Amino acid sequence: MSQTPLSVFSRSSDAAARITTLTWFMILLSTLIFGGVILTMLVAVFRNRRREATAVDMSQPRDRFVVWGGAILPGAVLVALFVVALGAMRQFSPTPPAVTIRVTGHQWWWRAEYLGADGRPAFRTANEIHVPVDRPVRVLLTSSDVIHSFWVPQLQGKLDAIPGHITDLRLHARRTGTYGGACSEYCGQQHAHMAFTVVAESDDAYRAWTALQSADAATPTDSATTAGRQLFVTTECALCHTVRGTNARADVGPDLTHVGSRMTIAAGTRPNSLGDLEGWIANPQALKPGTRMPTLRTYTGPELRALATYLQSLK
Amino acid sequence: MKNCLVFAVALAPLTACSRAPEHVVPGGNVERGREQIVAVGCGACHVINGIPGARGQVGPALSGVASRAVIAGVLPNTPDNITRWIEDAPSISPQTAMPNLGLSQAQARDIAAYLYARQ
Repeated sequence: MSQTPLSVFSRSSDAAARITTLTWFMILLSTLIFGGVILTMLVAVFRNRRREATAVDMSQPRDRFVVWGGAILPGAVLVALFVVALGAMRQFSPTPPAVTIRVTGHQWWWRAEYLGADGRPAFRTANEIHVPVDRPVRVLLTSSDVIHSFWVPQLQGKLDAIPGHITDLRLHARRTGTYGGACSEYCGQQHAHMAFTVVAESDDAYRAWTALQSADAATPTDSATTAGRQLFVTTECALCHTVRGTNARADVGPDLTHVGSRMTIAAGTRPNSLGDLEGWIANPQALKPGTRMPTLRTYTGPELRALATYLQSLK
Repeated sequence: MKNCLVFAVALAPLTACSRAPEHVVPGGNVERGREQIVAVGCGACHVINGIPGARGQVGPALSGVASRAVIAGVLPNTPDNITRWIEDAPSISPQTAMPNLGLSQAQARDIAAYLYARQ
C-alpha cells in the first residue's frame, strides 16, 4: 500500500470534497474576474489612447460607475465567498462517532490514544492512525508543548493542536487508502519531520488492527531478540518508552509495543526497516537533529544489532 | 572538425580510465544496487552520495569505496569480499554494529557495484 501525496484536490471524504469544490469555484471565479479586469483595462486603454488624462469627476456617470463598481463588486464577491466557505467548513455530521481517538502533538511526533467505551485509552500508538472506512471518527486534538496543526489534506481541513485545550475534529474517509498527514504549524527545528499517516481500511481489517495493537508485545523466542528485549528493559530505552508486557512503562517518547508494525519511524523521518531502526537507535541526532531522543554512545555493535532486531520483531 | 577528431582521440585514454576495471563489481547491477540501498536503509548509518537522506553518522561515509585497501578494518577490498561483508557482516566481524540485513548474495553484489561505481 503506497502513500498518496499531500494533495488538496481530493474527494476521499465529504469534507475534502467540499474544500475541493470550493477551491475549484474560487479558481474559476478568480480567473473570470481577472479576465474581466484585464479586458476592461485593455478596452479603456485602446479607446482613450489619444485623450489627455483627467481627474476623477464624480458628477460624470461614467466615473461614478467605475468608482462605485470598484467598491461594490469586490465587496459582493468577498461576502459571497465567505458564505460559501462557511458551508465548506462545516465539520460535524449528526451521526455519533464510531471511534474516538485522542491525538497529542509532541515535538516532533504524534501520540494517538484510542479511547474505549469508558473514555479511557484502550491502547496507544504513534504517528500511524488507522480508521474504519465510511465511519465517522472523532479526533480530540491537543498538544503537550507548543502549537501544532493536524492536517490530512485528503480527508479534512487543518486544525490546530493547542496545549491545555482540546479541539474536536472529525475524519470520515469515504475510500480506503493510506493518507499522508503533516504538522502544518511551524513548531520548531524538526517541524518538517512531524509527519503521520491515516490508514482507512475495511471494518474487518480495522478490527484486526485494533486487536493487534491492544495486545501486549509478544515474548521473543530466539536468543538475539531475547537479548534485545533484556537490553531494552534494563537500559536507557525504558526511561522514555513503553513496551506493554514488559517493565518498560515510561511515557516520554512513543509507545513502542507494536513499532514493528508501523510503516515509518521517527514520525516519517525514515522507512521502517532493520537498517533504519538500527541507524536511528545508534545516532538519532544525525538523522533528525534536535529530536528529544539522545545519541547515547553506550551500546556495543552487537547490542545495537540486538536492540534493532528486538524492535523490528514487535509486530 | 578535424581538430575535434584529434581532440577526441587524445581524450580517449582518459575516458577509459574513468571506467577502470577496479571500479566494477562483476555481475553487479548499479541501478538495482541503488534501489536496494534505499530499501534496506543503508543511509541511516552511512553518508552515501546519490542516495536521498543518506546522512547517517554511525558507520563510515561510503565515498571512494573502490579505492580503499581494507573493508571494515578486516578484509582486503575485493569485489567478492565487499559482497560478503554486505551480505553478512557479523559472520566476518562478530563485534561489528553492522547487521545482517537479510540480503541475498546477488542483492549484496548489486549494492557493492553501486558503491564501487561512486567516487
